[in-house]
Amino acid sequence: MDLMDLHDVAAIVRGAVEDAKVGVVPIGAGTHREVANPVADGCDEIRIPNGIVSYDPNDMTITAFAGTPIAELNRVLCGHRQEVSLDPRNDAATLGGVLACGLSGIRRLRLGPIRDTVLEVRLIDGRGTLVKGGGPVVKNVTGYDLPRLVVGSFGTLGVILQATLRCRPAPAQQQWFCSSETPSYLRRKLFRPSAVLWDGTSTSVLLEGYSDDIASESKSADLDGMLSSPPLFPNGANRGRISVDPRRLAALTQRLGGLDGVRFVAEFGVGTVHIAADEDLAFVAARAAAVAEGGWMLRECGGPPGFGGFGSNIANPALSERVRLAFDPLGKLSPGRMVDV
Amino acid sequence: MCFPRSASDAAAAVRAARVHGVPYVARGSGTGLAGGATPLDDALVIVTTQMNRVLEVDIDERIAIVEPGVLNLDLSRHTRPQGLHYAPDPSSQQACSIGGNVGTNAGGPHCLSSGVTSAHVLMVEAVLPTGDIAELGSLAPDTPGYDLRGAFVGSEGTMGICTKVAVRLMPNPPLVRTMLLDFMSVEAAGATVSAMIAAGVVPAALEMMDAEITRAVEDFVGAGYPRDAAAVLLCEIDGLIEGVDYQVSEVRRIAQSHGARSVRIAQTEAERQLLWKGRKSAFGAIARIAPDYYLHDAVVPRTKLVQVLESVYAIARAEQLTMMNVFHAGDGNLHPLIVFDSREPGIWERVHEAGSRILHTCIDAGGVLSGEHGVGMEKRDLMPLQFSSDDLAAQGRLVDAFDPDGLANPRKVLPHGWRCGEVQQRGGTIPDDTWI
Repeated sequence: MDLMDLHDVAAIVRGAVEDAKVGVVPIGAGTHREVANPVADGCDEIRIPNGIVSYDPNDMTITAFAGTPIAELNRVLCGHRQEVSLDPRNDAATLGGVLACGLSGIRRLRLGPIRDTVLEVRLIDGRGTLVKGGGPVVKNVTGYDLPRLVVGSFGTLGVILQATLRCRPAPAQQQWFCSSETPSYLRRKLFRPSAVLWDGTSTSVLLEGYSDDIASESKSADLDGMLSSPPLFPNGANRGRISVDPRRLAALTQRLGGLDGVRFVAEFGVGTVHIAADEDLAFVAARAAAVAEGGWMLRECGGPPGFGGFGSNIANPALSERVRLAFDPLGKLSPGRMVDV
Repeated sequence: MCFPRSASDAAAAVRAARVHGVPYVARGSGTGLAGGATPLDDALVIVTTQMNRVLEVDIDERIAIVEPGVLNLDLSRHTRPQGLHYAPDPSSQQACSIGGNVGTNAGGPHCLSSGVTSAHVLMVEAVLPTGDIAELGSLAPDTPGYDLRGAFVGSEGTMGICTKVAVRLMPNPPLVRTMLLDFMSVEAAGATVSAMIAAGVVPAALEMMDAEITRAVEDFVGAGYPRDAAAVLLCEIDGLIEGVDYQVSEVRRIAQSHGARSVRIAQTEAERQLLWKGRKSAFGAIARIAPDYYLHDAVVPRTKLVQVLESVYAIARAEQLTMMNVFHAGDGNLHPLIVFDSREPGIWERVHEAGSRILHTCIDAGGVLSGEHGVGMEKRDLMPLQFSSDDLAAQGRLVDAFDPDGLANPRKVLPHGWRCGEVQQRGGTIPDDTWI
């Protein structure tokens, strides 16, 4: 099947935005549907096409429609030993969904947040206008940085149609290790590990690069336990993601360790903690622990009735509201998604 | 002009300007190349050079919290004993301030592997145009709400005045190899860059200098560059030993297959520093050739480097101008440099004509107007080359959301007509004797 033209996609989405009585919500694979808050009842669902628009391996940039599954991006890039550092928990997730929710992957320690991966976005704003932000090259400071603003805006600033991403060479080798050493010790010992995780009892470390380098690094830090597969994210009926000043991560994990029924994996050096709990009470307690350490917890799924997606006041609410209105004066884009009720 | 010593001083200045309807401009060291910090229309200049303390360095978490007037290189010097550095390294890093870097989203040679300023800024404390002091972003990895930090970095003072910055520091690499590759044609050097990227080699820095600038630099600092080279590449690889060795051998192989005359690897730290001193002294060396220069900044896809360079030289020939190229080849960030003597009648017209044609060529090749210097006044009116009316209107509404009165560094970044709060009655005049 031929790829649709961007302007045809834009026309369809523009029509949907203009016709919507309540609002529109873009739907991809549905893997991030419960993240943050539900959209208002009665929103029209729109699907953005999938497909790679252009990929120039020699320039290490790729442009794809927002409906493209990350697995498809990875498959295409893998053929040229390249990757994009999006790393969603479930690679059925679509590019648009991952960018809109802004959940960075497990290798953030080395690769940075996903907002740094996006070079250009094309979106339909709340007026139905096609807007481009950024540019298709790997370095660009021309005009205002719409791509970073759009990442993590949960569809409330625009319906993302297409994005251009920075690719990087895939690492020659990847190896997970487990260790009984503390995360802090390992971070001091290792040069730019890709992840240093702590689940309350043991540390897992991801090293990426050339095999001799991985061998010498792991030896220097006494990493002898190789893992045959990545450590599992905690899972359960309730899931969340804590964001805390990394200097308070040790204190936070100590608090979390004292809570019955809370399972967690903390990203040291980053400040992200992945939370799961079967019981609502435990889930609520995990959020309270985050707040007690100056952080906050985003709901990824579950939570008792009335459990807000952010559970924490949106930073700079007046300015944020003016920014939202600049893009969506009628409130048609994923209304309610970023508002705790 | 005022020199605040604290965020509350800066907020008081902004509030006073608001009361009197006077535009204001934040200014750091004033090293910007696009005129972003040039005061127009008798604007109040809020200079942040007095706010120059490093407030905190956390070695374990690799975070520094600094005031905006801290000089870029001073921060890396400050953290060097701890084995850390601040990665963005503009050529002006001895003089430019972190606050100014935040304003322009500044780059530098080592941004090839580690990204420009925005990738290193965790949190900005700013005086917003409303007079409020706000923290945008956080030390926590994610902030509930929009990435207002991302919007602010690179906004060139049009969204407020940065009064404190938390930045990410990087560990100094265990091993660094700096190589000088010598070519007999610009095309061969450019093709080598494209081939390296295509082979998956991403150096820490990859800089190109053409014949004229190489000779000028060599005469100026004696860095050991070949005076008869048509182009040289300065390539730095860092990291762990096997990765460095492999990439160094790949660079050597690719360079030689493209006809490199020699591949020299710095054997000592002193030699390495000297090679870099040559590159970083390029703009000073030009004074030996002509009294004036105009430095451009544009980015093209790395696969188009050779083609665009050919066009750029052809434009210079057609306008009978002396053109040199010294630039961040690894990310396709061109810096065509036109050297001239402004006393020559009619020269400015030719310099501007050549500049305009160069930028058009870069845009036509799928590039952008600025890779690291910003838009400021210089490229404001060229923005429609890259953005549609709808794109510019969206950007205008975003700035309006930050600055409803239009007093924060007006007439910068966006061409006239895209802001609601524009100060309509003023003409955008530059004060006499302003050094832009």
